[in-house]
Amino acid sequence: MSSAKSTVPFKGTPEQEAQLLQVIEEKKNDKGALMPILQKAQDIYGYLPIEVQKIISDNTGIPLEKIYGVVTFYAQFSLYPKGEYTISVCLGTACYVKGSGDIYEKLQEKLGIAGGECTPDGKFSLEACRCIGACGLAPVLTVNEDVFGRLTVDDVDSILAKYA
Amino acid sequence: MKTLEELKVVRESMEGEVALRTHGNASSKYERHVLVCGGTGCTSSGSPKIITKLEEELAANGLTDKVQIVKTGCFGLCERGPIMIVYPEGSFYSRVDVEEVPRIVKEHLVDGNPVKEFLYEETVDGDDIKSLDDTAFYKKQHRVALRNCGVINPENIDEYIGRQGYEALGKVLTTMTPEDVIQTILDSGLRGRGGGGFPTGMKWKLARNIVPDADMKYVCCNADEGDPGAFMDRSVLEGDPHVVLEAMSIAGYAIGAKQGYIYVRAEYPIAVERLNIAIKQAREAGMLGKNIFGTDFSFDIDLRLGAGAFVCGEETALMTSIEGNRGEPRPRPPFPAEKGLFQKPTILNNVETYANIPQIILNGAEWFASMGTEKSKGTKVFALGGKIKNTGLVEIPMGTTLREVIEEIGGGIPNGKKFKAAQTGGPSGGCIPAEHFDIPIDYDNLISIGSMMGSGGLIVMDEDNCMVDIAKFFLEFTVDESCGKCTPCRIGTKRMHEILDRITKGKGTLEDLDKLEELAYHIKSNSLCGLGQTAPNPVLSTLRCFRDEYVAHVVDKKCPAGVCKDLLSFVINTSKCVGCGLCAKNCPVNAISQMSEVPEGKKRAPYVIDTSKCVKCGACMDNCRPKAISKV
Amino acid sequence: MADINVKVNGVEMTVPKGTTVLEAAHIAGIEIPTLCYMKEINEIGACRICVTEVNEGRGFRLVAACVYPCSNNMEILTSSPKVIESRKRTLELILSTHDRKCLSCVRSGNCELQKLCRDYGVEDASLYDGARNEYEVDDSAAHMYRDNNKCVLCRRCVAVCANTQGIGVIGANERGFKTFIGSAFDMGLGETSCVSCGQCIAVCPVGAISEKDFTKPVLEAIADPSKTVLVQTAPAVRAGLGEAFGLPIGTNVEGKMAAALRRLGFDKVFDTDFSADLTIMEEANEFIERVQNGGVLPMITSCSPGWVKFCEHYYPDLLDHLSSCKSPQQMFGATAKTYYAEKMGIDPKDIVMVSIMPCTAKKFEIGREDQSAAGVPDVDYALTTRELGRMIERAGINFHALPDEKFDDPLGISTGAGVIFGATGGVMEAALRTAVYTLTGENVTDLPEVRGTQGIKEATYKVGDLDVKVAVASGLANAREILDKIRSGEADYQFIEIMACPGGCVNGGGQPQVPMGVRNFVDIRAERAKVLYDLDKSMPLRQSHENPAIKEVYETYFGKPGSHKAHEVLHTSYVKRSVN
Repeated sequence: MSSAKSTVPFKGTPEQEAQLLQVIEEKKNDKGALMPILQKAQDIYGYLPIEVQKIISDNTGIPLEKIYGVVTFYAQFSLYPKGEYTISVCLGTACYVKGSGDIYEKLQEKLGIAGGECTPDGKFSLEACRCIGACGLAPVLTVNEDVFGRLTVDDVDSILAKYA
Repeated sequence: MKTLEELKVVRESMEGEVALRTHGNASSKYERHVLVCGGTGCTSSGSPKIITKLEEELAANGLTDKVQIVKTGCFGLCERGPIMIVYPEGSFYSRVDVEEVPRIVKEHLVDGNPVKEFLYEETVDGDDIKSLDDTAFYKKQHRVALRNCGVINPENIDEYIGRQGYEALGKVLTTMTPEDVIQTILDSGLRGRGGGGFPTGMKWKLARNIVPDADMKYVCCNADEGDPGAFMDRSVLEGDPHVVLEAMSIAGYAIGAKQGYIYVRAEYPIAVERLNIAIKQAREAGMLGKNIFGTDFSFDIDLRLGAGAFVCGEETALMTSIEGNRGEPRPRPPFPAEKGLFQKPTILNNVETYANIPQIILNGAEWFASMGTEKSKGTKVFALGGKIKNTGLVEIPMGTTLREVIEEIGGGIPNGKKFKAAQTGGPSGGCIPAEHFDIPIDYDNLISIGSMMGSGGLIVMDEDNCMVDIAKFFLEFTVDESCGKCTPCRIGTKRMHEILDRITKGKGTLEDLDKLEELAYHIKSNSLCGLGQTAPNPVLSTLRCFRDEYVAHVVDKKCPAGVCKDLLSFVINTSKCVGCGLCAKNCPVNAISQMSEVPEGKKRAPYVIDTSKCVKCGACMDNCRPKAISKV
Repeated sequence: MADINVKVNGVEMTVPKGTTVLEAAHIAGIEIPTLCYMKEINEIGACRICVTEVNEGRGFRLVAACVYPCSNNMEILTSSPKVIESRKRTLELILSTHDRKCLSCVRSGNCELQKLCRDYGVEDASLYDGARNEYEVDDSAAHMYRDNNKCVLCRRCVAVCANTQGIGVIGANERGFKTFIGSAFDMGLGETSCVSCGQCIAVCPVGAISEKDFTKPVLEAIADPSKTVLVQTAPAVRAGLGEAFGLPIGTNVEGKMAAALRRLGFDKVFDTDFSADLTIMEEANEFIERVQNGGVLPMITSCSPGWVKFCEHYYPDLLDHLSSCKSPQQMFGATAKTYYAEKMGIDPKDIVMVSIMPCTAKKFEIGREDQSAAGVPDVDYALTTRELGRMIERAGINFHALPDEKFDDPLGISTGAGVIFGATGGVMEAALRTAVYTLTGENVTDLPEVRGTQGIKEATYKVGDLDVKVAVASGLANAREILDKIRSGEADYQFIEIMACPGGCVNGGGQPQVPMGVRNFVDIRAERAKVLYDLDKSMPLRQSHENPAIKEVYETYFGKPGSHKAHEVLHTSYVKRSVN
């Protein structure tokens, strides 16, 4: 068994590392600092590869495995870089009963990737999300910050075209 | 601000402004207030662009000093968003389009004539314009927790103070003992709004007394609202963040804590931002920090962001998460009142529970206890969603019937469809069939009919929803969100989901139904935490109320609602088919072909579906103009 | 604390406040089954095997007996139909994710899951079969396998690694049904800073974690007439091996063990106790030299390879404090392949040195650099007590019927000082006996201050003009406390003994697994240690320097402790390692 999570080369910069070290310095004496540090680290790098988790481990004394256990527990932490555009389809109840499952399927088909993956060109990541609170617009999806609501399966093509 | 007098000065200076938005006849510096919803729903549907446009148009018409734009929290009627209300008239513009803004400014704000065609149609009665409070959606609502949502600018502490904000904290610190506070909350009958309905005052009392010599205690706020389809707490945080800060401070005084934490979903960026602003303003105003109102009482609050784990809504998991661990629940006892966050006595209440506290302090326990039913006092906020006309946020007195909520407030089921069930309590709750339509909604009644209050999601389902599919949907959610610590939940929910999946694919057996039920009861009584203990509820309640649908899937291999694709087939009624070929053109797998013979009396040969190739996408049916295709 | 009344299966009794349901039942003579529970180490209430019905006035409901406290007037039902059915169903669920290769599993026969399934009549192991996660077996570490396909996620291994040992190289990853025990980024254990202590193996209820088994090559070596196969047995093995044959915990089987080894075909049956005495000669000398010549103090013992590896990963800045002495296992092999080979006229290449150890880190230790005094590895195979048990069983040897036999000469001769090496504080006591004699000529034997199973012990001894302040730590989380004090300069000790495993080698990761249901109520560390202290007391010679074989080896070969020759053969060096 060898490290399976290192397929994407790490491109962290010294500036990013300095930023992370500063975050750790500020927070490491707070009680329960790990989650806030990881959240900031993900803001800085976009994801949490071994190189980043190692920096956190070395500078907080928290075992690497514990950090990894925390990262893999929470859905928002990612071990992989995200695509330029992240498409999140709401699969909350209100959206689901209005057909968001079909839209999610259609997107997987169109992008040729499964949920949680990124297209090979690094353009789109696709994910399902829980209620984003726009139930009045159900079914909804978001592309980065943009929200699209009252969708049907037929809207998928035109939405993708906007970011092509 | 160091004294109550100083607070009063701010309040008096703001009172006129905020009162204009509630009674309409108050003295304001402005002629009009235009309130635009800045909640997540309306922001998603474009309210920020409307505000920008409004600002431009006001400037162009020289109204900048005369009309105040207020970005508020949620008005509730998300279905009609983006929403804009103009005071003092109270004109309710719904689904506002940016293009409509110039006309509204010109005709209404300049000339004083509301643009009727853009108003929410329910408020337009011929030539008359009805007050919003007279519309079906708002008439039966009673806003306590949401009283400031959609009224104030949540990013301005002075507006909150203008609505009696921080007076309850002042009253508590200067005139009440901690025991008085706890007694008041006990007397009010307030129960936790996050799910279980535990008496709030009791929780506080335990935390105050159980470890007399504790060197540290904590007040936590559960804002990790995770039930799919529930967004009450988010709306409060977005529309009235200070009420939570004030209530937590009151709780801190009552139990003897100095530090509070709000654990909020990171998926709520607007709520997080407004909380951050509110905390900063409260610190600057002396409402958080050392020696509040010049007393010995010091209290501060920090935000902690969730990271996408539903189980962190469970109290011990939430605390484990704040401590920087995997959000796995711990066995209870010890209860948090004894050993909570960082092993110190802790109380945890949810956002909506806190939102009631200042009003209870100011108006008294009796006032609060006069609302609701015998054992469920006050009001409850519900997020209405699913197959209902008025999706959105409603606050109703406990004891309102489901019929009132769905038919009157919610406006009934759209498209003439028939009501099938209402789902409350999210993944922990159950489906309520039509026969219970007239049961007054409260904690105990919902449990007696096999559901639960939960945090207040209320999802309506119609005849087109398959109850087995819904049960599977919730189980899939639970399987995804189970923390994996205890055996019954980790493996059992997975096995339940597998059985449900088999059933929806037509591969289930009657023994599977028994196995499903056995597993459900096992997981309920054996799981470590509330998530597992309630996870089987959606299955048990649908098995109880809609068993015939399960049987139809298992025995007849049919999905009566026509949802489960594996059990459907699409057929073309040859006598209705006009032979246009649109179906074949839209079929993604070329499963549709034209028959060779043209029947008598037809111009073209009809089409036929090869069921062995059909993937049941429904594209043919959607595109058939003479409606010759049906699913059976 | 005040007492409260409870009713266990209808029988009224009084228990102290704070007693758990599990403990109350135990007092009542009823053992409630558990899987995840380890007293004070893993109290997480996760597996739900211990569910028991209790009534606190609001009707009976199921609670996890291991962590649920009794309340006054509580009624407890430990084996109602509901309880039995619940436990059975939970077992069935566990089995649906369990790789049921029970027939050939290393734990077959002493698997806690297997016993539970038998006790609860689980007839259909496939009742809830469905999707399963499949895992590769991790064989990257020198000393063990980890097979997640058999893991029941009780997390006992995680708790000992993180809590008892303060390491935490394994933990729960992912969540829900996908949860599994592993290292960061799915690294193999061999790539992590695992110290090879094997405590995870000792507590695993099933066959998900086990030592690497080297019995096959050992048997092959024995069968090879060109090889001289020597075996040495560590002190603690004689205190644990009996358990593999159903003897009570704390039975001394030294004589039967020697007999069994002879019947297995080893050419010479020697005793690591001999080299324990040798270690004392070197270590006591090194200590005295450090004290007299201003060397680095405190000096820390280096017998425990798990501890040594821990120090290399986590406290590399303190490596100078480590004694340069090889461990007794390695001193034995080094002496056997130099002194003994020369004496007997055997080419060291033809000697196969096998050690029987209560330890899994010894498997790592034999492969270390600078452990080849004769140009070949000092030790060829390090077997655990468990592996020896399996060899004896497989050979059909009726252990109970064996006569008590003696070790062979000369490397089987030892003193009481050597035998107590197997218990925490034993090395310290043995070293002090010799150091005191060397410095003052006084004979001391019993030093109760450094005995006992507490994690950290401290004492100050007056040796001549010198006040010697010593500390003894077992369990690496306890070691951390001491080491942090050294780092911060707070510590004023001169001599420290550290053993990786709590209680020392008697509780080593290579000892027979004792079901947790027993361990939660019996202190196996104390029971096994008693065997060693009783042996010590019964021996005519109790100080290492009195050992005639030791005297001879110095006279004829090494010269004196700390000599150049001794350094070449008996001392070693350490490396800095990274933390992963």
